[in-house]
Amino acid sequence: MEHIELFFKSIFVDNMVFATFLGMCSYLAVSKKVSTAVGLGAAVIFVMAITVPLNWLLDQYILQEGALKWLGEEYADYDLSFLSFIMFIATIATMVQLVEIIVEKFAPALYNSLGIFLPLIAVNCAILGGSLFMQSREIASLDLAFNYGVSSGIGFFLAILAIAAIREKIRYSNVPAPLRGLGITFIITGLMAIGFMSFGGMLTGGDEEETTETVVAQVDVEKDAKDLANNAKEILE
Amino acid sequence: MGVLSKKDLKLITDPLADNNPITIQVLGICSALAITAELKASIVMSIAVLFVMGLGNFTISLMRNIIPPKIRIIVQLIVVATLVIIVDLVLKAFAYELSKTLSVFVGLIITNCIIMGRFEAFALANGPIRSFIDGVGNALGYALILIIVGFFRELLGSGTLLGFKVLGNPIEKTGVYAYGYENNGFMLLAPMALITVGIIIWVQRSRNTDLIEDN
Repeated sequence: MEHIELFFKSIFVDNMVFATFLGMCSYLAVSKKVSTAVGLGAAVIFVMAITVPLNWLLDQYILQEGALKWLGEEYADYDLSFLSFIMFIATIATMVQLVEIIVEKFAPALYNSLGIFLPLIAVNCAILGGSLFMQSREIASLDLAFNYGVSSGIGFFLAILAIAAIREKIRYSNVPAPLRGLGITFIITGLMAIGFMSFGGMLTGGDEEETTETVVAQVDVEKDAKDLANNAKEILE
Repeated sequence: MGVLSKKDLKLITDPLADNNPITIQVLGICSALAITAELKASIVMSIAVLFVMGLGNFTISLMRNIIPPKIRIIVQLIVVATLVIIVDLVLKAFAYELSKTLSVFVGLIITNCIIMGRFEAFALANGPIRSFIDGVGNALGYALILIIVGFFRELLGSGTLLGFKVLGNPIEKTGVYAYGYENNGFMLLAPMALITVGIIIWVQRSRNTDLIEDN
């Protein structure tokens, strides 16, 4: 159950592109054609499925406060979490390089279709973001971390596939000249993000993972509630 | 501007308008959108990127002749990651609340495409001083968009600027609220950042028609 919940939550509710804006750069740059978008999306799923669990292990056994306990009691109070950025990015960069070499050797067909996208991925914010969110959301076990990696990757895949399909069609529309290309893509992505917000109610009753944005929105709602209460008072008087 | 030659000055002014990293080069979108619900967060983020880009460009440029081309991406990432750790620790020490608001987005400066993009496009081919100026210029271009977006989202979304209630108090109905004005809470939600940037691109390209793409 926990797995199913995390799976759908990472794909729809906390979608990498529409909810947190990670991986926007490659999302905008590589979404002109459906075929290339599929290639990049597949590569992202692949790399995230490897790096998120790996970084989870790193975080759990090396970086967290007290994580070095397995080395001996005298190491128990070390806290290396300030090193997590550098460790995560080094893992990602090496893994991407390694994956590239392995795929080239054993699956040349896959390599040819992913080829140019693999090196790009090392600097894709979605990959590092996945690991950092994994850390800040305190994902509890290795299999959950794997699940999180795969499902966030699928979320990215879905987003880039959708925008590529829309951009292929929009070429035949009469878009105002200054908005052509980048501008209209931004606005469509915004509208799609609004659409994806409707998934937010899908998982109520789960753990409330509040992003900063929703906290701000909530404060606003509270303000509105106060407003309403004041109005009601005035009316009564 | 006695210190800067005309060519160097162009390195700063170009990214501010016609070669803006966000609206023209399409680099560094991720962080630009996620943290602009408040003006203050945008300003702090801009300063962080300014620091990392200036020094990062400078460092990479110094090392450009000794980095083996095959592993240059890893070297670049390590340099940026080190600078970002410094920024993160400073923020945690002096502005803890703000560092909570920015959360993982400070860490994501590492993979901010502007930084890698400028390393590849400029710092690997130019001297340290010019690279430093280029880094500062691009960071300023980035800051400009961030601050514009943050300004409108905070003003229209919560009626404040940097936390000051510039439009009056919505609860006591002072200022413009006395005439029935309401805050547009929608501006605070994530999708409006995208649409705001879209509108900025629209305005910029209709002023300068050379920038228009043909789909």
